[in-house]
Amino acid sequence: MYDIEALYEASSVENAVELLQEHPDAIVIAGGSDVLIKIREGKLAGCSLVSLQKLDELRGVNMDEDGTLRILPLTSFSHITKNPLIQEHINVLGEAVDMVGGPQIRNIGTIGGNTCNGVTSADSGSTLVAYDAIMEITGPNGKRQLPISEFYVKAGKVALEPAEILTAILIPKESYNNCKGHYIKYAMRNAMDIATLGCSVNVRLSQDKKTVERLRIAYGVAGPVPMRAPTAEAKGAGKPASEETAALVAKAALEDVNPRDSWRASKALRLQLVEELTKRAFIKAVELSGGAL
Amino acid sequence: MIQRKTIQCTINGKQVENVVDVRASLTDMLRNDYRMTSVKKGCEVGECGACNVIIDGECFNSCIYLAVWADGKQIRTLESLTGPGGELSDIQQAFIDEGAVQCGFCTPGFIMTAIEILETKKLYTRDELRKLLSGHLCRCTGYENIITAVEKTMLQRLEA
Repeated sequence: MYDIEALYEASSVENAVELLQEHPDAIVIAGGSDVLIKIREGKLAGCSLVSLQKLDELRGVNMDEDGTLRILPLTSFSHITKNPLIQEHINVLGEAVDMVGGPQIRNIGTIGGNTCNGVTSADSGSTLVAYDAIMEITGPNGKRQLPISEFYVKAGKVALEPAEILTAILIPKESYNNCKGHYIKYAMRNAMDIATLGCSVNVRLSQDKKTVERLRIAYGVAGPVPMRAPTAEAKGAGKPASEETAALVAKAALEDVNPRDSWRASKALRLQLVEELTKRAFIKAVELSGGAL
Repeated sequence: MIQRKTIQCTINGKQVENVVDVRASLTDMLRNDYRMTSVKKGCEVGECGACNVIIDGECFNSCIYLAVWADGKQIRTLESLTGPGGELSDIQQAFIDEGAVQCGFCTPGFIMTAIEILETKKLYTRDELRKLLSGHLCRCTGYENIITAVEKTMLQRLEA
């Protein structure tokens, strides 16, 4: 038995918002792989829950008319990885969430939960930040959109107002078009582990595949929330798609990050990982884009 | 006041209706209400895989799945694998033959993941099997024999 005061099962998005208005102290539960564990640990013992589990309208990945990828927040990690639209346009996201926990966790854990819990180590977080995802939020006043960089406020805190829920994660066509990315998770184990550092890099190469037209880099666990590396990105843009550029960019990334010492790893190790993973992920992203280093 | 909800689901092919406490996990429901004791209580936080069952064709740790969420779902546990006289299925026999069972606590969970793998009817490498089985902890066997048992059954089924 879980120590739950009350469970309210939402029957629609509107109903979820109403339930959250009626029960302002209730916690939103999607897949439950974070919330139920916190209840078990006692951190959330005695809480009330608003469950989104039955909202099949929030599952799946679609494409809007303008080519925007619309990732619905209750889509499980394994369904993200298997989705043909994801595989075609933003395969790196499917690969990244395929590194979460283990197979059963990837069947229950949702991409919306992974972002809304505001955790820096979220395997989806860095790639979504690197692709300038737009968060569509629904609340008592209707819908609003927010860039993911503004969505993450601080560790464990996202920009959801009372009674608001995440209803879509949007990737504009301009963001994913003609662009390939690679994610590297560094952890102590290959499964059932949390990233010591995560690094997601994507590039758009020139037509002749020789020059980096656009470079985007983001990290998990390099700061309190998933974060971009603007200095490193500026350093790489317009440069040849080469190993020298990889090294230059990786070095520059150290100016952007702010990792800390924790029981998982020291700041020194994380800084070393930032440089090394950036280099490797950059090289892989260039190769995936058809570049020859 | 205890909050309860009526749910309907299918357990191992049998349609059931149950009134569940909203605080119950699916593990609680399967063990206490249906005596499906192959569903083990291990870590109870979704890490060890001992409580793994198949819901609508996918594997889930039933300890972190609320019983009320089972409404409308098809649930399969290890109990569904044996024949009417208690005969073991091929994958269960393979676990015994390959020495993949010692204390046995993790075994039902592993076997249900193996069932999901086998029912894809695909050929996997050992490394792929290792990843597909990575949501389970075994403290006795060292995993090699478990992977061998799944691999052997996969090859046998694909040949058949």
